[in-house]
Amino acid sequence: MHELSLCEALIDQVTTIAREQRVSSVSDIYVRVGPLSGVEGPLMRNAFPIAAAGTVADQATLHLEDAGIRVRCEECGAESDAKMNNLVCAACGDWRTTLISGDELILQRVVMGEARV
Amino acid sequence: MTPAADEHAVEVLKGLLDANDHEALHNREHFERHNVLAVNLMSSPGAGKTALLEATIEALGKDLNIAVVEGDLETENDAERIRAKGVPAIQITTGSACHLDAHMVHDALHELELDDVDVLFIENVGNLVCPASFDLGQHINVALLSTPEGDDKPAKYPVMFRAADLVLVTKSDLLEVLGDFSPDAAERCVRQIANPAPVLKVSAKTGLGMDGWLDWIRREAGSRE
Ligand SMILES: Nc1nc2c(ncn2[C@@H]2O[C@H](COP(=O)(O)OP(=O)(O)OP(=O)(O)O)[C@@H](O)[C@H]2O)c(=O)[nH]1
Ligand SMILES: [Mg+2]
Ligand SMILES: [Zn+2]
Ligand SMILES: [Zn+2]
Ligand SMILES: [Zn+2]
Repeated sequence: MHELSLCEALIDQVTTIAREQRVSSVSDIYVRVGPLSGVEGPLMRNAFPIAAAGTVADQATLHLEDAGIRVRCEECGAESDAKMNNLVCAACGDWRTTLISGDELILQRVVMGEARV
Repeated sequence: MTPAADEHAVEVLKGLLDANDHEALHNREHFERHNVLAVNLMSSPGAGKTALLEATIEALGKDLNIAVVEGDLETENDAERIRAKGVPAIQITTGSACHLDAHMVHDALHELELDDVDVLFIENVGNLVCPASFDLGQHINVALLSTPEGDDKPAKYPVMFRAADLVLVTKSDLLEVLGDFSPDAAERCVRQIANPAPVLKVSAKTGLGMDGWLDWIRREAGSRE
């Protein structure tokens, strides 16, 4: 699976940020993952240390925050929670809904470690 | 978690697939510049992507200039099958074996004379999981669901089937033999994940239902002349 290449993309972004912030390491990385992004949290967790080895994130902790699935109904306008394979409106049962959240895969926040000497 | 007061943190809010999305945008510019309709075909392995392309080239090859980017990373087999129909096929040979990304497609684009192409089909790697997460710059995603796979596949792989602009129930010549595949049930699964995509039955083998698909391609290609 491609979780390793996603972790490599993540490390690239984090490395750029660390350079801009003039630190030699980062301690915490927060990523928001929606179930409909297609990414498996556990696989991401497994791949992270491999991608992070020898980089500014070598000692960093990866925090994956689950994004809930929310939809807005185009018929009645209601917003409701939904499931991966059932995105119909909880209020009126119509299937014509728009996803408000649940497919994101976002680097949210990076906590810096030691300043570069 | 509340951050410590002395914590030095940066708020980012950047997509992990930003680099890919950026390249996909660039690919789309190539397509727009040359009036090319780009169609991304996705399915599980063996659902009939190459067979559909062969039949499509036979039916439309005289009216439309077709080219194919092949994502079969292991062999040249699929590309050879396409070339045998007299159509240029670029084989993508590098990258991970589970999906195509925008960079791989971009490299392939530069091997094609896009001015001579009306419709570019991209045959993605046979996989119902990750191809859907990677924008290639295509205009249209087509998901193939072959009848032996079962009609509940859209519920099991919602990420893929949510991304589809068109769902093709392939190998529909087998519907009678199988007996337990309900195209209506498959369509219900697609609606349940809030996707309005048309669901069409086709058989590349017998030609059954191919007209609906071919008309669809003609219409989409016509709208970007
Ligand atoms: N009965 C029937 N068999 C089909 C049809 N289309 C394809 N097949 C068979 O399904 C098998 C796989 O077809 P391909 O076209 O190679 O499938 P594919 O999706 O390109 O496969 P990969 O590229 O390996 O993922 C072959 O044995 C085909 O003969 C069809 O319409 N009806
Ligand atoms: Mg094939
Ligand atoms: Zn993949
Ligand atoms: Zn509603
Ligand atoms: Zn280019």
